[in-house]
Amino acid sequence: MARKLLLEHIHVPGINTFDVYRKQGGYRAVEKALKKLSPDDVVEEVKKSGLRGRGGAGFPTGMKWSFLAKPEGKARYLVCNADESEPGTFKDRYLMTNIPHLLIEGMIVSSYALGANTSYIYVRGEMMPQIRILEKAIAEAKAAGFLGKNILGSGYDLELYLQPGGGAYICGEETALIESLEGKRGNPRIKPPFPAISGVWGCPTVVNNVESIAAVVSIINDGGDEYAKVGIGRSTGTKLISASGNLAKPGVYEIELGLSVEEFIYSEEYCGGMANGKRLKAVVAGGSSVPILPANLILKTTNGENRLMSYESLADGGFATGTMLGSGGFIAFDEDACIVRNTWNYSRFYHHESCGQCSPCREGTGWMEKVLHRLEYGHGTMSDIDLLVDVAKNIEGNTICPLGDAAAWPVASAIRHFRDEFEWHVKHPEKALKGNYGLAHYADPLPPLVVETV
Amino acid sequence: MLKVTETQEITFSKELIKQFDELVTRYPEGKQKSALLPILHLVQAEFGWVSTASMDKVAAYLHILPIEVYEVTTFYTMFFLQPQGKYVLEVCRTGPCNLVGAEKMMQHIEKKLGVKEGEVTKDDLFSWRGVECLAACGMAPVLQIGPDYTYYENLTTEKLDALVDELKSKKA
Repeated sequence: MARKLLLEHIHVPGINTFDVYRKQGGYRAVEKALKKLSPDDVVEEVKKSGLRGRGGAGFPTGMKWSFLAKPEGKARYLVCNADESEPGTFKDRYLMTNIPHLLIEGMIVSSYALGANTSYIYVRGEMMPQIRILEKAIAEAKAAGFLGKNILGSGYDLELYLQPGGGAYICGEETALIESLEGKRGNPRIKPPFPAISGVWGCPTVVNNVESIAAVVSIINDGGDEYAKVGIGRSTGTKLISASGNLAKPGVYEIELGLSVEEFIYSEEYCGGMANGKRLKAVVAGGSSVPILPANLILKTTNGENRLMSYESLADGGFATGTMLGSGGFIAFDEDACIVRNTWNYSRFYHHESCGQCSPCREGTGWMEKVLHRLEYGHGTMSDIDLLVDVAKNIEGNTICPLGDAAAWPVASAIRHFRDEFEWHVKHPEKALKGNYGLAHYADPLPPLVVETV
Repeated sequence: MLKVTETQEITFSKELIKQFDELVTRYPEGKQKSALLPILHLVQAEFGWVSTASMDKVAAYLHILPIEVYEVTTFYTMFFLQPQGKYVLEVCRTGPCNLVGAEKMMQHIEKKLGVKEGEVTKDDLFSWRGVECLAACGMAPVLQIGPDYTYYENLTTEKLDALVDELKSKKA
């Protein structure tokens, strides 16, 4: 069994309550940090751990923390990004539902490191059940003296509040999240200034993903060096992977970074192969925004090396033949999935979620949705395929926030790798309406699963 | 749930105002506007939707302009600007849910309830709509029902029928 740093105690009955969590060694990191370490020591441990932001961008968390400005007489804030909305990603919801105190503990340690006396967890509005769970957990932690004034007699004060969103994918972008926390529309801000200088209410702010904050707990318990030993190369530690789509056992798995993609999909410890004995056609490895890869390229790089679940290996080959680890939203498509229809579905999503500030994104996402709809429903032309590539190219890099890129990449990569499927939709509109293109030459290079007959 | 129409004057109960007051204390002095989203959720839970009259009242309570409330309610998808059924079935229609049958679920709901997306059944009990990713992709297809936003996972047409029938019987 692989090492578990986040979900080690997930199956202990009652782990969602303070008492059981504490009995399993919970809140040791708070005791250690507040009694033995200075805030700068905590930052140093996180730097040493090599932890990279688990929300999708993969930016080193320790470095992000060290950028936080500390002007005299101004409050500093830590805001936890629990606005999990990236299609294919549901790990934060899982973590908050099942082991809420891990997040609370991480928030206390991280707030202490950053010198924040008020911190917020911004939870997406649809997650009201998780908000209720976290509210209860905060109350329990407060009653036990881990939140509030003079925590554990250390002289450190911390208030932790929950903030519900209102239903907007864009609020997962940190500056949009800050706008939303201020009670406004979630329009991303132009950077600079970065939140580390001017964030919530113009004060220095750090925004971190739920999983990043939770990882801080084991970093402090075991030390940053220990954490850095887990994983592979610059992809240190463990990562929660949300597995969905046509898999035998979809769900949330904690993996050591560096696990091979093949093992993740096919081993019984993880996804247990494809559902219903079907064959793998394609994978979106890091949430809907990252480039889609056909089966052959997700399992092996163009050099013939095994593709690993790590920031570097998944990105091997750039966007020509690689993808990104992103948020760890792993969506598997079987031979019956239609790439054109799925790409249209994602485009509709990005069009719906574009905040409308930047015209390339506002207009471009709408056009991509329309053209893809046309292709899917048999009214497309060959030039439509190039038109999509052109629109995607004109969105990418031309917007304030990365939503534009996130909308462009799935379309550009689908055409890059599955162009013949798009062309088939143009040439055989009637067939495309009734059936689908199938595996074609993307066939998963592994032999099909043998189905035992009784 | 209270039933209010667009033009109807509404009053916030003392209990509701008390909850608003607590929310405002979570932010620094003068930053009470931050309580806008949580307050709107409370208002919607109380009345089933957010009417213009209620938005104006929220604006007055927070000492902000009504437009500051309107621009927020029209931006975020969770706030209903028209009356809804008592139970709003919100079905995820994005990516992974779509891979495993979200469209079929929506077609089934439309048939079962006999109303189109966004419409309310004659008995005011149900409305439904497709929504974007609910972050439950591993348990797809999923739907949720406000105001407590309970999730119903791994949906099948049979489960949908049972759910709708159960909610109907609650009315009695």
